[in-house]
Amino acid sequence: MMNRNYNFAFLDEGSKREIRRAALKAVAIPGYQVSFGSRELPIGRGWGTGGIQLTLSLIGPEDVLKVIDQGSDESVNAVNIKKFIGLCTDVETTTKTSEATVIQTRHRIPEVPLTNRQILIFQVPIPEPLRIVEAREEVTKKMHAEKDYAPIWLQLYESLVKYNKVTIASEYPCMVSGRYMMNPSPIPKFDNPKLHRAECLYLFGAGREKKIYAIPPYTEVISLAFDDIPFEKENFKGKKCRLCGSENTYLDEMFDQHGDRFYQCSDTSYCQEVRDYVSG
Amino acid sequence: MTYVAVSGGKEAIEASIKLLDFYKGGTEKDVEIEAIENKLSLLVDRVMGEAGLYSKTYAALAIKQCEGSMEEAVFLLRAYRSTLTRNYYTNVVNTSEMRIVRRISAAFKDIIGGQILGASYDYTHRLINFDLDKEKAAELRREVLDMLGAQEPEEISLCPRVSDELRKEGLIEQYAQDDKPPHDVTMSMLEFPADRSARLQTLARADTGFISGLAYSALRGFGQEHPTVGELRCGYVELCVPYPLDEQEEIYIGEVLLTEVECFNKADDKEQLKLAVGYGAVFGRNETKAISMAVIDRELDHGGPYPTQNEEFVLMHGDSLEMNGFISHLKLPHYVTFQSKLDAVRKTRA
Amino acid sequence: MYLDEAPVLSVKNLVVRYGAGCGLCRDRTSQSMEKNRCMACGAVWAVNDISLDVYPGEVLGIVGESGSGKTTLMRALYFDFIPTSGSAVLRDYKNGEKSIWEASSAEQRMLKNSVMGMVYQNPVMGLRMDYSAASNIAEKIIAAGSRNAAKMTERAAELLAAVEIMTSRMSEAPRNFSGGMQQRVQISKALANNPALLLLDEVTTGLDLSVQAKVLDLIRKIKAKYGISILLVSHDLAVIRMLADRTIVMLDGKIVESGLTDQILEDPQDVYTQQLVHSLI
Repeated sequence: MMNRNYNFAFLDEGSKREIRRAALKAVAIPGYQVSFGSRELPIGRGWGTGGIQLTLSLIGPEDVLKVIDQGSDESVNAVNIKKFIGLCTDVETTTKTSEATVIQTRHRIPEVPLTNRQILIFQVPIPEPLRIVEAREEVTKKMHAEKDYAPIWLQLYESLVKYNKVTIASEYPCMVSGRYMMNPSPIPKFDNPKLHRAECLYLFGAGREKKIYAIPPYTEVISLAFDDIPFEKENFKGKKCRLCGSENTYLDEMFDQHGDRFYQCSDTSYCQEVRDYVSG
Repeated sequence: MTYVAVSGGKEAIEASIKLLDFYKGGTEKDVEIEAIENKLSLLVDRVMGEAGLYSKTYAALAIKQCEGSMEEAVFLLRAYRSTLTRNYYTNVVNTSEMRIVRRISAAFKDIIGGQILGASYDYTHRLINFDLDKEKAAELRREVLDMLGAQEPEEISLCPRVSDELRKEGLIEQYAQDDKPPHDVTMSMLEFPADRSARLQTLARADTGFISGLAYSALRGFGQEHPTVGELRCGYVELCVPYPLDEQEEIYIGEVLLTEVECFNKADDKEQLKLAVGYGAVFGRNETKAISMAVIDRELDHGGPYPTQNEEFVLMHGDSLEMNGFISHLKLPHYVTFQSKLDAVRKTRA
Repeated sequence: MYLDEAPVLSVKNLVVRYGAGCGLCRDRTSQSMEKNRCMACGAVWAVNDISLDVYPGEVLGIVGESGSGKTTLMRALYFDFIPTSGSAVLRDYKNGEKSIWEASSAEQRMLKNSVMGMVYQNPVMGLRMDYSAASNIAEKIIAAGSRNAAKMTERAAELLAAVEIMTSRMSEAPRNFSGGMQQRVQISKALANNPALLLLDEVTTGLDLSVQAKVLDLIRKIKAKYGISILLVSHDLAVIRMLADRTIVMLDGKIVESGLTDQILEDPQDVYTQQLVHSLI
């Protein structure tokens, strides 16, 4: 039940408006990190406060909310965030991807393609894709201004020299609209292609780092790759979900009590839908 | 089996909170908010300072709510702060007009207005008082009040700053008077190079342990030479807001307790030397933090190769909420990213 | 050497001064200077009104003791800082119509990557010590816009072979290399994008004599192979004699003598140059 001691969606209206303005600017300059006056929330900084602030500033009484963490609606963090938003809004929540209008996520993009009536909000720990090569914000800002992305390419090349493979795992950088290099948040490479020319709006919020950025619908988003070495996703060849049998999803690797390894869909609601469909 | 669990997150959280209540309860004895406010006042001061919200009662509530955890108490106050609409901005406070309760200088024996030792643990022996648990609080309080009541009150005079004299002599580096509105670090992101106003705000709200450790490193050799505490003063300042119908008038809204420090360092002035001032000011009585802040302010002005002289390093890593939030997020599941990491490792070994 | 062609680099009235300077030291006829320092105001004129040209395919040597301003000159040319006054134009930048010190930082990066190559005395300045030798070269190629990994590797192998480093060591980090090898990696990195001008700052100082000889020999080969113009700074006249076509002698931030290297060695005019030449024999 909603707590009446607080404003609808917790933050005061002025703060919500300010965050929406930052989001609008982010939509206007795809991939560019817009700084904003990040507010403190009752949830830990580093626990999704950027995403939550976006959700709080955008959500209205008519919205249907879905929150996932690692692809799962039931993970403690997702539940906790849903509970908090429920406390201050009373909006309807769902686990079904297709029913949601606002989806907040940590580390995954749902397997079902999103539509133009949906917004996917990412929680971002470190928004700066250049941070791995340059610690100073003052410098990375200038690098973006001058589109000086050579150090990241060098990092990719160095991993080829050393391991004969590009070894960046998640948070794989991509170019947005051919202009800004962007950190897609720690989603696996498996999800990167879903960012390209998508029907929905993607918003990224980093609370601790005080940045918001966006990928508007139908924007070109290209994962970095050398001309002669194609971008490579995580490989689950020959493996399938033990619950629903899917072979084309991102799989979690698990062990049972006997130490035997098995795989299961990371997107739990997709997995359930497949099972429901199969069982009629 | 695991805490992300495929399902059951909701039940797990509820049970966890119940267990927390059990730990928090602990005993049948209760701690009253008034007692925390007064008997743990240094803890209250520290929480208010790091939260950037001056309210003893709410700070005491927060402390009680989280078993006395510094980081959680700061967190509670900060989160509450986000829900408040800002109605007024106070006028600039001139700390020369502080109603002083303690004032010392390590630079000069005799200062205009005199040194006032005030209340300090500096000259106590840190021996555990085993009789403390037999103490009768109410009786003691009455005794002290009776004693104070019998004393003749003294006129409070305003004390000029120690640095004012040196400034008249031209020995001190002057910051140009800057009346532009301060950068508000709670409303907009820090930009680098940062305004001095942004720097001082950030330091004033920083975690006490973080900036004390940094200042210590500067004194030990990872910084400039040893500074001198020119003046440390602790006392009350009055807060006023402009009267809405007449900007010339102001309305008194209360007072806050502050600790303010000025540190002196030798600095280059072309072919001669001068004194450079580092400034620190924090809520309540928190002298180590105020001194540390002054040391770091000066280190940042000076610049150089050490961590304390690096603006981004100092200002980006001392916020209690940010540091504790990000470190604790490591406890969140990282199954997807770790799977991805595993995949990258396996590919290079195939 | 083509002295009749347009110079690759032309520096005019370069001044690098630390301190504001005063009426006395700005007036070049006054006697306030003690070496490169003004006794009246304390300003240091590290480089005091230097002009020089580097022509296509030549090696121009600059010799002088430490404090003469030669390294300061090099570092200003490679944008380690922007000088107090003066201009420098490159044939390959805006047709020589704009001083490189007016370039934006993006243009500066382009010039450093593609038009000039720099080899520092200290390899730490020029190399990423923890990246592989191949990546050190690739860094330049990436900066110039290439995104083809195989071609980068091919080019790195070719350049490392040119400085006599085995391809089998390409994937090792220079941190594990000897001083002479580090210098050779720096040279190959500087050559990555076929620059028009190579800046060599005391490249053999601090190396063993036998290693010195090898590096100098290599520079000679590279000059012959690539026909590149070289600006070579050294305190050691022996190094200058071995490589430079023309030589400039610097002292206290000023040029005291310049001319063909052979001519300077045989018939030095300035007192300081004479001392240098005599100490060589």
